[in-house]
Amino acid sequence: MKPAKFLAPSPQPLSREGRGALSGDAITMGADFLQFLVSGITVGAIYALAGLGFAIIYNASTVINFAQGEFIMIGGMSASTLTAAGVPLPLAILAGCAVAMLGGVLLAKFAIEKARNASVVTLIIITIGASIFLRGLAEVVWGKEFHQLASFSGDTPILLLGAAILPQSLWVVGVALVLILVIGFFFTRTLAGKAMLATSYNRLAAQLVGVNVRKVVLAAFALSAALGAVGGAVVTPITFSSSEMGIMLGLKGFTAAVLGGLGNGLGAVVGGLIVGIAEALSAGYLSSAYKDAVAFVIILLVLVFMPNGLFGKRGTERV
Amino acid sequence: MLLEISGINTHYGRIHALKSVDLVVNEGELVALVGANGAGKTTLLRTLSGVQNATSGTIKFEGVDITRMTPHQRVAEGILQVPEGRQLFGPLSVEDNLRLGAYRRGGKPNDDIERMYASFPILKQKRHQPAGTLSGGQQQMVAIARALMAHPRLLLLDEPSMGLAPLLVGEIFNAVQGLKQQGTTIFLVEQNAYAALAIADRGYVLETGEVTLHDTGEALLASDRVKQAYLGL
Repeated sequence: MKPAKFLAPSPQPLSREGRGALSGDAITMGADFLQFLVSGITVGAIYALAGLGFAIIYNASTVINFAQGEFIMIGGMSASTLTAAGVPLPLAILAGCAVAMLGGVLLAKFAIEKARNASVVTLIIITIGASIFLRGLAEVVWGKEFHQLASFSGDTPILLLGAAILPQSLWVVGVALVLILVIGFFFTRTLAGKAMLATSYNRLAAQLVGVNVRKVVLAAFALSAALGAVGGAVVTPITFSSSEMGIMLGLKGFTAAVLGGLGNGLGAVVGGLIVGIAEALSAGYLSSAYKDAVAFVIILLVLVFMPNGLFGKRGTERV
Repeated sequence: MLLEISGINTHYGRIHALKSVDLVVNEGELVALVGANGAGKTTLLRTLSGVQNATSGTIKFEGVDITRMTPHQRVAEGILQVPEGRQLFGPLSVEDNLRLGAYRRGGKPNDDIERMYASFPILKQKRHQPAGTLSGGQQQMVAIARALMAHPRLLLLDEPSMGLAPLLVGEIFNAVQGLKQQGTTIFLVEQNAYAALAIADRGYVLETGEVTLHDTGEALLASDRVKQAYLGL
């Protein structure tokens, strides 16, 4: 059975006693809201990382990589099982990263590259196949059960205006923020990053200035896998890890990427936060039964009303 | 001989786009390839840059067989193409486009960027603007400057006058001539046969994938066949 707090940390406002001096309905409502918001931002940060992974791969190769969630799973499972086996946490995270990156590169090299003349739909189906394969492999290696990982700096909640913030939430948000900034720096300030962007804007021209576009695709898969794996490792203390954890995380990362405008990194980050917060609020105020439906309602609304997403490609091209 | 193409055949599926093409470009020359739309001019350049595979034949550059090299290896060898339709990185700034031109070469390209701004002052004004927002003529300048950033041993120009106003066409051809005078070897592909042959040392005429004529630029301009077919005289 799935634990109730699987995927999104179900918002659990503190009990009345826990709020101590802060009482009264208005404050309670405010505290509830804050609590939901914190949960939403925490899980939203993971969706943002997953969405960013979708964006990076989509830009480099126009492939929508539905194995993105499995990179998260590999990160989470490696971190939890390796630390359980006595490996220090940072090393376990790095190892998870390495395994996910290897998986990403192998996927790109032996499945995507081989089929580079295939249609987009074929490529998407290849990635779905890869995700099922990786899930199956994980089940064989790690089993079907859930794995725990101790919080990085304890479980004593930090009280803020009546909401309880788990230290691990700060880890998740902090790590995601750092990764997003690093990625932002990479794409706007380094030649290698600009070459990757250039490949997405104009593949032919990138080839003609000497960019090895096949390497760019491999790098994109490696980068996205690393982002996913680190995200999976930091979120595992809150959600536990299992071989199945990648399905929903991947789909929600996809929702984030589509909401932000496919291929737009910043959009994916904003989209991730929106999906996470919307999910936490609806779980808190409506019912946690509908939590997973929120992302899919969002994706339908986006596809119907603004198929380019929030930050869809602007028309700066002059022909 | 800097570039020696012998017996090159290229196919797009079942379409035989280049039929046993032989062509030579010597160091320091400006060689023009003229021909009608669909003659295979762009295909030849794509084959030279390696973005299209030749089915048979050989391409030698400085005596080295490059027929099977990847596009980025050929850039490293010094073969740079300014593609048809300019193909800039539209959302990236003018300066980033230039910087990427020196991608294969590595190092700090700042001196070269300043050199390009000296040759094309308008680009300095627009350096931070997305390249896609520039006018057609300015975009063509960015495309040429981007290729020059790599210090090409051989510059391939595909229809640099396409879609430009007549005044700008003259300006671009002047720039091409200037490059030749600075010692750059240029292989110029053009539909605008008159302008191209007028500045070329030698010229080739391509018709439905075959080289049908080759001679000095002057002689081709004077030949009845070229006059009739391409100059409308």
